[in-house]
Amino acid sequence: MRRMLPLWSVFVALMLAGCTGKEENWHGKDISGLMPELEFQLQGTNGQPVTAADSKGAIRLLYFGFTSCPDVCPTTLTDLRRSVRQLPEQYQDDVTTLFVSVDPRRDTPERLASYVDFFGDRIVGMTAKEPALRKLAKRYRTTFGYDDPDASGNYNVSHSSAVYVFDRDGDARLLLRPGLSPEQISEDLARLARESRS
Amino acid sequence: MPVSSYLLPYDFSPLTLLSYMLALGFYGVALLRMPEQDRPGSGRIITFTFGVMLCYAVMQTRFDYYSQYMFFVHRGQHLILHHLGPILIALSNPLPVMRFWYQKISPSVRYWLQPLGWIYRLLQQPVIASVLFVGLIYFWLWPPIHFDAMLSRQLYWIMNWSMLLDGLLFWWLIFDPRSPAVTSALGYGKRILLLALVAIPQMILGAWIVFSRGMVYDVYEVCGRAWPMPPETDQLLGGLLTWIPPAMMSIIGILIVLRRAMHEDGKFPKSRSLAGGNA
Repeated sequence: MRRMLPLWSVFVALMLAGCTGKEENWHGKDISGLMPELEFQLQGTNGQPVTAADSKGAIRLLYFGFTSCPDVCPTTLTDLRRSVRQLPEQYQDDVTTLFVSVDPRRDTPERLASYVDFFGDRIVGMTAKEPALRKLAKRYRTTFGYDDPDASGNYNVSHSSAVYVFDRDGDARLLLRPGLSPEQISEDLARLARESRS
Repeated sequence: MPVSSYLLPYDFSPLTLLSYMLALGFYGVALLRMPEQDRPGSGRIITFTFGVMLCYAVMQTRFDYYSQYMFFVHRGQHLILHHLGPILIALSNPLPVMRFWYQKISPSVRYWLQPLGWIYRLLQQPVIASVLFVGLIYFWLWPPIHFDAMLSRQLYWIMNWSMLLDGLLFWWLIFDPRSPAVTSALGYGKRILLLALVAIPQMILGAWIVFSRGMVYDVYEVCGRAWPMPPETDQLLGGLLTWIPPAMMSIIGILIVLRRAMHEDGKFPKSRSLAGGNA
């Protein structure tokens, strides 16, 4: 059996590649079947645990970042808010953004709360102790790392620059790579919202 | 971080651990039980164990974490899984061990294992073996496929295992210790030809990565790098690792096969003159 593996693996991979190749009309990258469904248990801005079940039935946008992030995080979150605002009226409340701070040392619940409030009311800020964050990052095959602090104690955090999109059932569907315009994101979200309503 | 966490797997795979334990276990038991004259010397045993452990180390230690989040470390991982590890294993000539276990298999089981033998012989056709060897490298480095493979846990494991198994098949074909003069093993000339042929596409691919201006593999950008490194540097190092060491290993392989061919020169004069006489 072991000797057959190379052939089988090529075959399986080709099939998978074939599946993803068919739906090229998304602007984001189709990741159906590549990643596990949405699942996490983190701490919300009120100090209470937050899980995927709390936002069940909504399209979830999962994003890793930190509040001291100089440009990438604010840009991404602004783009996401703009793309949700461009959605047809009936879908606007169906999209929830999940902002996971990977910098729990600096991002206290209060700080996180005031940060996410700035980006609208359909966004949930959350964080956890580092091991729990590592576990979640690993589940979605991403990572984060800390730079050495400078003289005033500030440090940079490397994190994923992509947004993971989960449908109403919590299945991983799209990966929004940086460089997409809010219009493109909005089109994808609208399509996802329509498809899972019918 | 404690030292132990560098040795523990980043992404624990029970099947992988089991496979390595079985491989080493079967090897060890055969060494103990086989007759003295068949037993490989200590140099060969060390080479085999080192080759196996090297492959294990890049799959089931902290190294795997860096391979998932740095392109050049990933290229290093495949260099070991597809080249260095299998080369060491094939050079250690585990044939006596395989023969020992083959003799232990009952004839009825052997009958059912026959299809495996057919597939093995098919995959070891020189053309198929070399196309598979180069094809797998190109396949997994095809940017959309590479993106998916790094995102999906299953694909990632399929990728690494397929590289290792194909590496073992190919290098076993090249370093098969049986002499082509007296067995059906591949002739030395063909082995050298294969080694030279597979080196060329690898050099082209590596050079293409090295000289690409834009980002070819943006998945490392999207998923975050293990430590801050300029993406161009990462890609450049990864390209060099795809380009130079595999080409060097082909050359070393050619030298080893040449040396063997020269040692065997004139070693089997009788059978040759007989064959010549009959012709």
